[in-house]
Amino acid sequence: MKSLLTGLWVALATTGTAFAEDLKLAVTTSFQNSGLAEVLLPAIKEDTGLEVQLLVVGTGQAIRLGEAGDVDAVLVHSRAAEEAFVAAGHGTHRREIMYNDFVLIGPAGDPAGIKAAATAADALARISDASAAFVSRGDDSGTHKAEKRLWASANVTPAADWYREAGAGMGAALNIAAGMNAYIMSDRASWLNFGNKADLALLFAGDPVLFNQYAFLPVNPKNHPHVNAKGAEVLEGWLTSDRAQGMIDGYQINGETLFTFNATPAAQ
Amino acid sequence: MSDLWEGIRQALWLLVTLDADLVEITLRSLRVTLTALVIACAIALPIGALLSVRRFRARRFTIALLNALMGLPPVVVGLIVYVLLSRSGPFGVFGLIFTPTAMIIAQVIIIVPLIASIAHQALRELWSDYHDLLISLNTTQRQRMAALLWDGRRALLTAALAGFGRAIGEVGAIMIVGGNIDHHTRVLTTAIALETGKGDFAMALGLGFVLILMAIAVNLAIHIIGRTEQEGRW
Amino acid sequence: MSNLFPLTLTGATIRRRGKRLVGPIDLTLQDQGITIVIGPNGAGKTSLLQMMHGIARLSDGDITWGCDLDAARQAQSFVFQQPILLRRSVRDNIAYPLKLRGTPKAKARAQADTAGAQVGLGAMLDRPATFLSGGERQKLAIARAMITKPALLFLDEPCASLDGRATREIEEILQRAAASGTRLIMSTHDMGQARRLADDVLFLLNGHIHDHAPNPQFFDQPQTAEAAAFLNGDIVE
Repeated sequence: MKSLLTGLWVALATTGTAFAEDLKLAVTTSFQNSGLAEVLLPAIKEDTGLEVQLLVVGTGQAIRLGEAGDVDAVLVHSRAAEEAFVAAGHGTHRREIMYNDFVLIGPAGDPAGIKAAATAADALARISDASAAFVSRGDDSGTHKAEKRLWASANVTPAADWYREAGAGMGAALNIAAGMNAYIMSDRASWLNFGNKADLALLFAGDPVLFNQYAFLPVNPKNHPHVNAKGAEVLEGWLTSDRAQGMIDGYQINGETLFTFNATPAAQ
Repeated sequence: MSDLWEGIRQALWLLVTLDADLVEITLRSLRVTLTALVIACAIALPIGALLSVRRFRARRFTIALLNALMGLPPVVVGLIVYVLLSRSGPFGVFGLIFTPTAMIIAQVIIIVPLIASIAHQALRELWSDYHDLLISLNTTQRQRMAALLWDGRRALLTAALAGFGRAIGEVGAIMIVGGNIDHHTRVLTTAIALETGKGDFAMALGLGFVLILMAIAVNLAIHIIGRTEQEGRW
Repeated sequence: MSNLFPLTLTGATIRRRGKRLVGPIDLTLQDQGITIVIGPNGAGKTSLLQMMHGIARLSDGDITWGCDLDAARQAQSFVFQQPILLRRSVRDNIAYPLKLRGTPKAKARAQADTAGAQVGLGAMLDRPATFLSGGERQKLAIARAMITKPALLFLDEPCASLDGRATREIEEILQRAAASGTRLIMSTHDMGQARRLADDVLFLLNGHIHDHAPNPQFFDQPQTAEAAAFLNGDIVE
């Protein structure tokens, strides 16, 4: 009976969705590396018939792809860039979906002693004081922007002799940090899913400034008539639905919850 | 070292179980690259032949240009193709960005100079052998090119294989123009980059070994075909 | 074809990099027989033949035929001192000129088989041309040159590095061709061969025609001291 109902619902959903099946969504590496997409995409396909094609890039490139109309929607985590994107008319609106958090990773021995830090800013100040090696994404991604904001709030200008800008995605930057045994700021999901931890360990987390809000931005069909606006609307509806909430909140790696759903149910 | 063994183990496991994703990605790699190779050969081989038989004013410049383009960084090609094919670019209306077609276009651009240059070097020697005879026989330029391309097919196969090797192992350009979309534009090299990014070196190496095996298999297959076709000849 | 001749050279000269290879040549040739070109190494024999055939660009002067140039080019063939072999089978080598003229493949191959057999290559038609011996290669080159039934055939020292038997076989082929009406212009450094084949002899020295005489007369009563010395085996400069 239950499967019959589900089937009926799917049938209704598919008949109600007379748009093109494909939807291109630019997402950040951190979202992809979390593994959440592999859980959500099949469910989205099942419920809405929508084939979401992920373009995994940095936030900077994701925003550019949205501006160019090369994707139908963007799911990123860099509030200032997102608001500028909407303000410039590239996106119709910004819808918050969920958040996870950034964590500070470093050598298990913690030479800078950031485990004892009270705040994230304090932790960074300690790294700077110890001139301990620190790997930065350096790719203008959401994570990189968040990291720069943190340095600014700690009133530290990182010095080149210990601060390394990798210019790479999260996974590649973590590989570099593992190789150099350096400190690095990562989103929790990428860190938990990362296979090459070497001597690195999670040293600091929990400061609210480290919360990392993901937002969904449909590309404006006024600028790009070809975009799948209907599909983006359906996807937004699904991402803010109860089913999405259950799956996002329930997603765990090694028993740890990664994401917290915080979308407001009604649109805008 | 343990990563290496684990990678070999993973590769064997993926191959033995005929992992569905692996098969799909591998076939897509082959389809994209072989299509690009056929198109590139259709463009590059006549260019190589023309440069051999015809003396025109810009010939030296063209040859130098081809040689320079051989070293063109794929990521630059990728970026240029992206800008051209992007929805806001001049060819945006075709909606080609992030499709296998875009990847094929990028690969064609990358390997045409390589194939043309190698083909020209091989055919130039053949032309110096044939020159007097073909002139004496009143051949047209088209007939000269046809004779070189046909009789030099063995050497041209080498040029094509070099192009195949460069295209199948390419990652920078197709990552940009293809987007590494699962089940759509993900190929072996972009999958390797993805697994490396996740820190899953064993899986990345496993895919890498599959890539190497496939490249060897294609090379062997083409050589065997080439040999049986002209058994007992040159 | 019959109006290919007379072939007339007027002040025809070839210079390369400031050096005069042959000429100026003033000469008229009619449509009968075998003309043999002799002279010491470097006298310009090859250049003269290539100039007449039109594959060496004229630096000066003029060459005219009894018909227009395109028709003239179609009615002649050239056999090089070092035979140029296409990397194909013997049959496809011989058939190639026909293929260029649009003869259907099957017909061209059948004709090539006949032509190959006539020069004694009947057993080797399927072999790659590069497997042939020196004499066989030259026979292939002659068969290929003859397949278009040219009115005029140039041969540049075709027997230069061949043994006696191959030389005799090739001479027989050439005499048959001449007997069937093909005009031959051929260079050689073999005086015996020149005596055997020539109807008339062109004696070339330092790029100039030093003497032009019919066969027995040139050898029996050379008109110049240089020709006499050359025939005598002396070094002529």
